[in-house]
Amino acid sequence: MSATPLLELRGIDKSFGPVQVLRNVDFAAHPGEVTALVGDNGAGKSTLVKCISGIYPTDAGEFLFDGQPVSINGPRDAATLGIEVVYQDLALCDNLDIVQNMFLGREKRNGIVLDEPTMEQLAAETLAGLSVRTVKSLRQHVSSLSGGQRQTVAIAKAVLWNSKLVILDEPTAALGVAQTAQVLELVRRLADNGLAVVLISHNMNDVFAVSDRIAALYLGQMVAQVKSTDITHSQVVELITAGRSGSLGLPADPAPGSNGNGAEPADPTPGAVR
Amino acid sequence: MTTTAVKREGPAAVAPAPTVGSHLHNYWRRVRGGDIGALPAVGMLVLLSAAFSIARPSFLTAGNFANLFTQGAAVTLISMGLVFVLLLGEIDLSAGFASGVCAAVLANVVTVFGYPWYVAVLAAVATGAVIGTLLGLLVAKVGIPSFVVTLAGFLAFQGIALMLVEEGKNISVRDDVLLAIANRNLPPAVGWLLAAVAVAGYAAVQLHRHWQRSTRGLLADPIAVVLARIGALAVILGVAVFILNLERSRNVLFTSLKGVPIVVPIIAVLLIVWTFVLQRTSYGRHVYAVGGNREAARRAGINVDRIRISVFVICSGMAAVGGIVAASRANSVDPNTGGSSVLLYAVGAAVIGGTSLFGGKGRVLDAVLGGAVIAVIDNGMGLMGYSSGRKYVVTGIVLLGAATIDALSRRRAAATGNR
Repeated sequence: MSATPLLELRGIDKSFGPVQVLRNVDFAAHPGEVTALVGDNGAGKSTLVKCISGIYPTDAGEFLFDGQPVSINGPRDAATLGIEVVYQDLALCDNLDIVQNMFLGREKRNGIVLDEPTMEQLAAETLAGLSVRTVKSLRQHVSSLSGGQRQTVAIAKAVLWNSKLVILDEPTAALGVAQTAQVLELVRRLADNGLAVVLISHNMNDVFAVSDRIAALYLGQMVAQVKSTDITHSQVVELITAGRSGSLGLPADPAPGSNGNGAEPADPTPGAVR
Repeated sequence: MTTTAVKREGPAAVAPAPTVGSHLHNYWRRVRGGDIGALPAVGMLVLLSAAFSIARPSFLTAGNFANLFTQGAAVTLISMGLVFVLLLGEIDLSAGFASGVCAAVLANVVTVFGYPWYVAVLAAVATGAVIGTLLGLLVAKVGIPSFVVTLAGFLAFQGIALMLVEEGKNISVRDDVLLAIANRNLPPAVGWLLAAVAVAGYAAVQLHRHWQRSTRGLLADPIAVVLARIGALAVILGVAVFILNLERSRNVLFTSLKGVPIVVPIIAVLLIVWTFVLQRTSYGRHVYAVGGNREAARRAGINVDRIRISVFVICSGMAAVGGIVAASRANSVDPNTGGSSVLLYAVGAAVIGGTSLFGGKGRVLDAVLGGAVIAVIDNGMGLMGYSSGRKYVVTGIVLLGAATIDALSRRRAAATGNR
């Protein structure tokens, strides 16, 4: 457990027009740890990730990377810092093969000529490290791969880059039992290698299987960020669905006015969240 | 929690080393899976050549064989540039008249202003590059669909060509070097030398790759297959050079006419250069990536706009080269240079060769093979005395057939998960 987080966000606000999607969000990811980011649909998980990766500019708040304040103004800035995101829609090129996809944008070269053998070897080593055994050939087009294989290629691609922080958006959502276990093993291994890993997931089993910390978003607010060992399965579910659980989460005092269905009352625009 | 994952060590690909048999088997499986590559073009080429040879024996003479190259050269060169644009799923309808404008610039510089040929060639290619940059900027930066931008270019360039040759008068090209491009032949010995260099170079590249992959423990094609490829190239080039080196003058005492036409090595060099760029450089890789999945390419840090602009520059630049060859062949430039069917033939050549109109799939070689098919149709039907009307209809049907094969093979590939 290192003292300074690799990435720390303070007071992040983000609105799309009148809809405030993130309000005063604090978030930290530590090196060597898996931080699970949980929350219901529309809680702002994807928006937060896109702010971190520089796709969306933030309205307010500060970024600290390795303790230093930084500004992320685009995906390139995030990549320069060593932040890699594996998106749900895997962003692979169907008409290229596995090796070509893994090295896309940073091909190994001899002079101006692509160094295919080196790239193929590195790709083979990386995939071997992930215990990938279902891929027939590294030279097959990505279009011929199954969902699980594509996920593995996408993660392996993020690992190949000299990344310090890897964000995985629902990496196991489309996978079968065995491949889910493999991907989680891989997620754990990334953290054990000293990377900071952020895992977005809906699956509580996955979250508790690999994460060191759990951060829960509820309607755009960070309601808790605690160690996984200090929280139970049902508490996390309560945080996700109601925004509080016992002493954790939003203050329990009922706000004046709306008393409706337990939706957190301090939120002036709950109806605006689609 | 699931714990069924079995730990398995070892490399990702542990398939047995391929034999000749398994190589052929894999190839056949890819073809059946919809990855047909150049098969339709080669098939059509063989079929059409056989049909025309039977119908008109004069089709199969050395003289006509040489004619095929000079007739198809301009369209093939324009088509080679179009492959880059098609790889991104874009289209350049203005390439034909862009080549006309560049040819008009060439003729003006060399004939009207009297500069040497190399200044004229540079000016023509530079004109092409400027046209391409303009088209690319409009498509990539302004965001107008390439179909519309180049349709506008099609009209505008037609007008510019008309203005450059002063309302319909044609400008003759009398420079010896420029005329030689499409009208003269290499000395027979030089033809043999170039063929030998080409085969040796191909063999060196193929054997080096085989050796490199084998020593690194990567799966390599069986050596027999590699040698067969080299042998096939040697046979094809050998036969072609032999036929082209035959005497094809009607009256040998009056003038001797033999050797490889000079356009052939020009096409060959450009084919090698652009194939190298597409297959062996990261620029080429990025072109395929942008054509396959633009968003993925953008996220990989590829400057998508720059790639999109660059393919239009290459396309118009190659159109300029095609225009130069057309001017050389006609000995002059008129407002219709690069007009009429040139553009459609060029697009057709790329598609017949196997380049997909949907982007992401294609090779420069496709343009050459498809250009050969079109040249054979044009030439063969001309020999049989058919009218231009019938030629256009047949070429249109062949193009439609190629596009159908493209669409069907994509569907087949989608069904078998190949693409």
